[in-house]
Amino acid sequence: MSNRLRALAFGLVGATAMAGPVFAVDLEITCRCVIGGVNSGTAQWIEESVIPAFVAANPGVNVKLNQFGGEDAQLTQQLALDFSTGAGPDVSAFDGFLIPSFVEGGLLKSLDEVAGPEVNDWTGWANLSDGSKALMLYQDKFYGIPLGTDVRMIYTRKDILAEAGVENADTWQPTSWNDILDAARKVKALKPDSFPIQLNAGVAMGEATTMQGYWLALLGTGEAVKDADGKWIVSSPGILDTLNLYKTIYVDEKLGDARAQLLADGRNRSFANFRDGVTALLLEGDYFYRSVTPEGSEFAVADRDNVMGWAKIPAQEPGKGIRGQDFVTISGGTGFVLNPATDAPKEAWALLSFMNEPAQLEAFQAIQPRITARTDVAIPNSPFLTETSQTLLPLTTARPNDPDYNAVSAEIQRMTESVVSGELSPEEAMAQYKASVTKIVGEENTVSL
Amino acid sequence: MTTESTTEKPKTKGFALLSPRAGAAFLTPAGLLVAVFVIAPFFWVIFVSFTNRTLLGRTALNPEFIGFGNYLTLFDFDNFFQRGQFGFSLILTVQFVLFSALLGQALLGLLLAWLIQTVPPTVKRITETFVIAAWILPEVVIGFAWFAFLDRDQGTLNMLLTSVGLPPGDFLLEHPFWVIVFFNTWRGAAFSMMLFNSAFSSIPPSYFQAADVAGASSWQKFKDIALPLIRGHIVTDLILITMWTFNTFTPFLLTNGGPSYRTELISIYNYRVAFRDFEFGKGAAVGVIIMLINLAFALVYLSLGRKKRKA
Repeated sequence: MSNRLRALAFGLVGATAMAGPVFAVDLEITCRCVIGGVNSGTAQWIEESVIPAFVAANPGVNVKLNQFGGEDAQLTQQLALDFSTGAGPDVSAFDGFLIPSFVEGGLLKSLDEVAGPEVNDWTGWANLSDGSKALMLYQDKFYGIPLGTDVRMIYTRKDILAEAGVENADTWQPTSWNDILDAARKVKALKPDSFPIQLNAGVAMGEATTMQGYWLALLGTGEAVKDADGKWIVSSPGILDTLNLYKTIYVDEKLGDARAQLLADGRNRSFANFRDGVTALLLEGDYFYRSVTPEGSEFAVADRDNVMGWAKIPAQEPGKGIRGQDFVTISGGTGFVLNPATDAPKEAWALLSFMNEPAQLEAFQAIQPRITARTDVAIPNSPFLTETSQTLLPLTTARPNDPDYNAVSAEIQRMTESVVSGELSPEEAMAQYKASVTKIVGEENTVSL
Repeated sequence: MTTESTTEKPKTKGFALLSPRAGAAFLTPAGLLVAVFVIAPFFWVIFVSFTNRTLLGRTALNPEFIGFGNYLTLFDFDNFFQRGQFGFSLILTVQFVLFSALLGQALLGLLLAWLIQTVPPTVKRITETFVIAAWILPEVVIGFAWFAFLDRDQGTLNMLLTSVGLPPGDFLLEHPFWVIVFFNTWRGAAFSMMLFNSAFSSIPPSYFQAADVAGASSWQKFKDIALPLIRGHIVTDLILITMWTFNTFTPFLLTNGGPSYRTELISIYNYRVAFRDFEFGKGAAVGVIIMLINLAFALVYLSLGRKKRKA
């Protein structure tokens, strides 16, 4: 190397070393949110409120929002592969139920391990309710900050129920599975081409099948996916009843749109069915109200305040639900996590905690009210959310905090798909489920009832 | 040692531009790249296929050596033929190859190549352009175009059908297998057509002229002159398109492998196991089996080539 080249090289090294502190830190944040598309409110909040305020308060830090427009399962896939190779966004939206399997796989580290012990000094922790803290907690460590929780219910099209002659269509409240089926049959009799009921099934909808479909029926039989001793229930009357309910809806009486359960974009089709009045009863989380159907969204229901109602999800028979309940529901929760391989852990934590300060969360509530995790953030002026959360949160259940849950959930989705496609009988589907789950968790961790 | 080899093979010495040592030095970078990116992953996949490694969960960090466990699971004859299992995908893929490659692509390509021998040059060129266009367009574009074409509610095909009074169909859900067979035939016929086209061109025209004088029909010329003369090309074509079709992933863009695994070809099955269920060990085992099957194809192909050269 000539002297001149050497001088140049040293000069460059020196210059970059000096310039180091001046260089901006680039942060990336990802969520399954697209302005004008899925979870538009979240995207709008981050883009218009969080980023400008954070950048103003932290000169030298650039933040970029990746708007991920695919399905939940695809984001999970991308995050898992990114985190396993040390790539990916610095901060990411994350569904709490995935934390155990990611942590056990070495793909997530606790917040204090990533960003240092000062994480534990954050004032926000004191303002999170215990229930919401648990959403992002695994083995007594925080892996993210929870944003909020949710509840599930039956959404009704009051106009269609009234047209079909269902009594008290405005305040309709079924007390058993038969009540639901009867209402659906009445609608079907009036409109033979319609698919009155939507209970999610199939592989394409991913966790939405398990959470908004299978669980809601299974809890109504008095069972859960795991028993009280923590063993996975692989064969039981409750599973069979649940699968038979699917069969009644999708195969025997065609009360539901089986195509929407099988197609890749089926969940959107189910939303469109409800919007277009093809479906009158749809089981979903409050997400459906706050994020899918507001005015201006793709699946906005015209005249929503008058035509859309909600009802509690009944057990199979009164008193037959989990813990002897008449009505059942289940909650999950989402939040944001830190990438364990982030180049700028301090700044990433600064962003994460900044988003979860009351000032930012209130800005979020102004865009899209939801059930918040923080107790010091004003309850949104939304009669719907207040009413549903007060009624349903006392009845709610949570998914097992278990690293195998995700894999078992995939088997549940397959089991429902094989029934609604008419490929297997409920008995055969359950036998296959038993075999598959036994392989995942080991025979000693399963039980047949 | 170097001197020995050069003296033993005087032929190569005549062509050598570099000393063996310099040659080896120049080969090293490429050799290292091949070693790192081809040979190491090859053995790594074989190794992983003997473990229960996953991407999520406990076995991600502490995979265990389970010997032939993954292979035994794949060949578990309790559920081997069930939809969504290895055996089902394997048989489905064989059917897919039979219908779409051997019957579809090869026959259609042969027919097209034979028919365009006799048409005016403009028609020939236009036909070739369209068939080749189907072959060179990017897969994602093609996949989306076919998806849009076949959709039940907004699809072009159903609009055409209803406009002439025929009932619309739900092709992607009710006949998914035939959709991907048809798709792959359409997609790949160009290769066979081009190959047979050039094979036909290599036959001296005087053979056909003599047959014309004798009053032979087109079928007779095809059966008795063209076919025997291009037999070697046909075998090459069949082996190549069999390998390609066996490994193709594009139907995934149309059907996602569904509904209910009804179009889950072996490559799609492998993808699902490894990158959707994140079972790397089992996925690697599937990969090893696919590799062995391809190896068998490749050996047949190479031995045929060797025979041809000897002849």
